[in-house]
Amino acid sequence: MRKSPLAAVLLLCMSAVLAQSSEHVVSQKGKAFSTKSLKVKVGDSVSFRNDDPFFHNIFSLSKGNEFDLGSYPQGQSRKALFSREGTFEVECAIHPEMKMIVQVEKK
Amino acid sequence: MLILDNKLKLAAFAAFCMTLASGALAGKPDPWLRPERAPEPADNRATPERVALGKALFFDPRLSGSDWISCASCHNPSLGWSDGLTTGIGDGMKRLKRATPTIVNAGFQPVLMWDGRHSSLEGQALGPIQADLEMNQDLPGLIKKLSAIDGYRVMFDRAYPGEGIAGPTIGKALASYERTVLSTESPFDRWRKGDERAVSASAKRGFELFDGKANCTACHQGFNFTDNGFHNIGIKGSTDVGRFEHRKVAVLKGAFKTPTLRDIALTAPYMHNGAYRTLEEVVEHYDRGGDATDNLDPEMKPLKLSAQEKADLVEFMKTLTGAPMNVVLPQLPN
Repeated sequence: MRKSPLAAVLLLCMSAVLAQSSEHVVSQKGKAFSTKSLKVKVGDSVSFRNDDPFFHNIFSLSKGNEFDLGSYPQGQSRKALFSREGTFEVECAIHPEMKMIVQVEKK
Repeated sequence: MLILDNKLKLAAFAAFCMTLASGALAGKPDPWLRPERAPEPADNRATPERVALGKALFFDPRLSGSDWISCASCHNPSLGWSDGLTTGIGDGMKRLKRATPTIVNAGFQPVLMWDGRHSSLEGQALGPIQADLEMNQDLPGLIKKLSAIDGYRVMFDRAYPGEGIAGPTIGKALASYERTVLSTESPFDRWRKGDERAVSASAKRGFELFDGKANCTACHQGFNFTDNGFHNIGIKGSTDVGRFEHRKVAVLKGAFKTPTLRDIALTAPYMHNGAYRTLEEVVEHYDRGGDATDNLDPEMKPLKLSAQEKADLVEFMKTLTGAPMNVVLPQLPN
């Protein structure tokens, strides 16, 4: 029972942080990302949209922000959350020529 | 008079637009036709001396630990720059686990080997030389061997003045030669350039299927008929993890680089483990949507092709083979 007010405060803080987070969109077309580099803030997410008529599989093996969005076809988007500061390489597993840098800065 | 004026202006405007459109089209290269030259890195522009040195090295069996295997032993120009074997044979006649890929148009590939472990021809060229199972020749030993041959000292001096006989110059010279191994004009190319009689009606239908119902262009794209990408196409019985060995991403388990289809009639057997001896077998594989379903690429689906459609696809693929490149074997330095 005692923990409830604390939990409520934490939830409120988290909601405030989340409310400030932004979503960026990067498309994949012609086996290329729409940008070679992107600056975001900690807590922001990037939505990777597939505009090619074949599958892409976006991932990052950069330490601290590893993710694998799996394979998805044209017209679909999948999101990656960047929760740590740093510079991260994002690639397509299927098409290794597709590379971009996401620079995550402090809020 | 005013109406006539407006009509003239409209006609002139239409003609201007058409000129613009035709100019734009004319200036745009056909994505299915090979560019004249493969791109070169800034620190290794081709010169006749570099290509000649690379050619000598490519055909020289002294690049192997046994002094018996050259690059050309597996990448044999008489066999479509491959070896005609299911999987390659290396040092001590040991069987390798993968088929020897052709090096035709390798200069256009941003990643090399079935698993894409090399990203430059310069780096790749040194890989098989040093691999225990392939040519089994350590680099210091090779430099010592080549340095003891007068002819090579002169050739390296001319090709790479001041750089000496070293790993980087051996790799650069081999890469310079490999960039000259290019597909020749095929019936398909002549057709793309406007010769309607260069390919049969069956091959034309095959190309339409290739770029349509059969979905081959999901992976085999552009003049080199590859997306330079990695796919698990469900080869029965294959336990090789392929690209996953170097990139730990789930989709890459059992995935291999899409090979070029240029000179495809010369490079049987097909697939990373030489599973199929004929193009007909290859088409049957894709028509089934692959065999092994574990981690199968999502582009792989049963195609339900008719017998005629399968024959058309094979007919089309055969038009991607040009006359073999004329190769004069080098006199090796002594």
